[in-house]
Amino acid sequence: MAWTWFHRLGSPPYIYSLAARLTPWFAWPAALLILGGLYGGLIYASPDYQQGEGYRILYVHAPSAWMSLMVYTTMAISAAVGLIWRIKVAHAVAASCAAMGASFTFAALATGSLWGAPMWGTYWEWDPRLTFELILLFQFLGYMGLRAAIDDVQRADRVSAVLAIVGVVNVPIIHYSVEWWNSLHQTASVMKLSKPTMPFDMLIPLLMMFLGFTLLFVALLLTRLRAEVLSRERSAAWIREVVSA
Amino acid sequence: MNETTPALEAARLVLARDLRLAFRRPGELLQPLVFFAIVTTLFPLAITPQLSQLRVVAPGVVWVAALLSSLLALEFLFRDDAHDGTLEQYALSGQSLTWLLFAKTASHWLLTGLPLAVMAPLAGLSLGVPAASVPGIVVSIALGSVALSLVGAIGASLTLGVRRSSVLLSILTLPLVIPVLIFGSSATQRAIEGEDFAAPLYLLAAIAVLGITLAPLAAAAAVRISLE
Repeated sequence: MAWTWFHRLGSPPYIYSLAARLTPWFAWPAALLILGGLYGGLIYASPDYQQGEGYRILYVHAPSAWMSLMVYTTMAISAAVGLIWRIKVAHAVAASCAAMGASFTFAALATGSLWGAPMWGTYWEWDPRLTFELILLFQFLGYMGLRAAIDDVQRADRVSAVLAIVGVVNVPIIHYSVEWWNSLHQTASVMKLSKPTMPFDMLIPLLMMFLGFTLLFVALLLTRLRAEVLSRERSAAWIREVVSA
Repeated sequence: MNETTPALEAARLVLARDLRLAFRRPGELLQPLVFFAIVTTLFPLAITPQLSQLRVVAPGVVWVAALLSSLLALEFLFRDDAHDGTLEQYALSGQSLTWLLFAKTASHWLLTGLPLAVMAPLAGLSLGVPAASVPGIVVSIALGSVALSLVGAIGASLTLGVRRSSVLLSILTLPLVIPVLIFGSSATQRAIEGEDFAAPLYLLAAIAVLGITLAPLAAAAAVRISLE
């Protein structure tokens, strides 16, 4: 009996209405946190003693880079769940993740490149983290390409799930090999477990942006999941009831 | 193959069959090597004939050319067997599909990776690397191409029966083999500069071991899905 909530998650009509109900609970906090974080980061926080005002792009760059990895992991985990337990909704989650992950990765690359222009004097530097993001973008694009090349949805789900799992095993290897290959980027200053080297007025808006981006992702994922479920179940009877209601 | 055939024996039979089939068409066997030779020839023509400058880019040239040649041969790794139903028979044979695909991957390495490793020093010498670096180049390409074949087998099995599969195979496989390229060309570079190249070689070996243990499992899963 205790597992009924879990089994209900596998039912498309239930997940459709659940996603619709949950979306505002993530969307509104996300909007507030991002607005607050942007105000705090762009206006309130003091300029950096070395980089001046230029560092403020960090408030979009770092959360985007964080999200790119998180979306990839979410995609791979839900693909694995779908592959192992044959849950269709899990595959729909993975399918909804791909385009968003590619967008976050692209945002991280674009902001990183714009940040590089004043700081490094060049738009592109073969810096390990930018290179890593670029490879991650290729992985997202490959996943989307594989999915698009297979017409049968169920086969596309399962084949791309294998790719997502292989990719997620490879992500740490790529990360460390790229790190080892070239090290030019400034070292991480937020994720240190000891005292963060960032002053408080810079750190709080950044954490707000991290949380806001995460909630934004969940809200967007729920919305895209509804669209994905609608398109996959378009011949089912319950869709007619939903649409006519 | 009856049910009592042990997995290793079945894998050996598949390997022997693939090698025999390949040697019946020696022309196709040479194609990746010819491709490798042509690609390495393009670089002096595109960059400069000066050996002093070519020596600097030689590790990258040799490795990218080897990577592309290995990729070229990957397309045919499972394709013919998928078309004529052999893969289906493998899956139904009661034998471990993982072992059989591992044997097929081993044949890919024996037919492309190993010859490429033997040929790479020739390309290297034509790019002006010192003769003393030849063992380093051979070992690093031989070891790295093991990982290339294994990761490539995953890509080949994922793109079975997919439209425009050759482009997709490259797009899927190349990002996954970037670590191999990094450590492989680093080992080659150190060999050319006369330094100790053991460290990147150990990392290449680690990737190859990881590939040997995991890649055939993923490839077998993908082949089973594509046969459904």
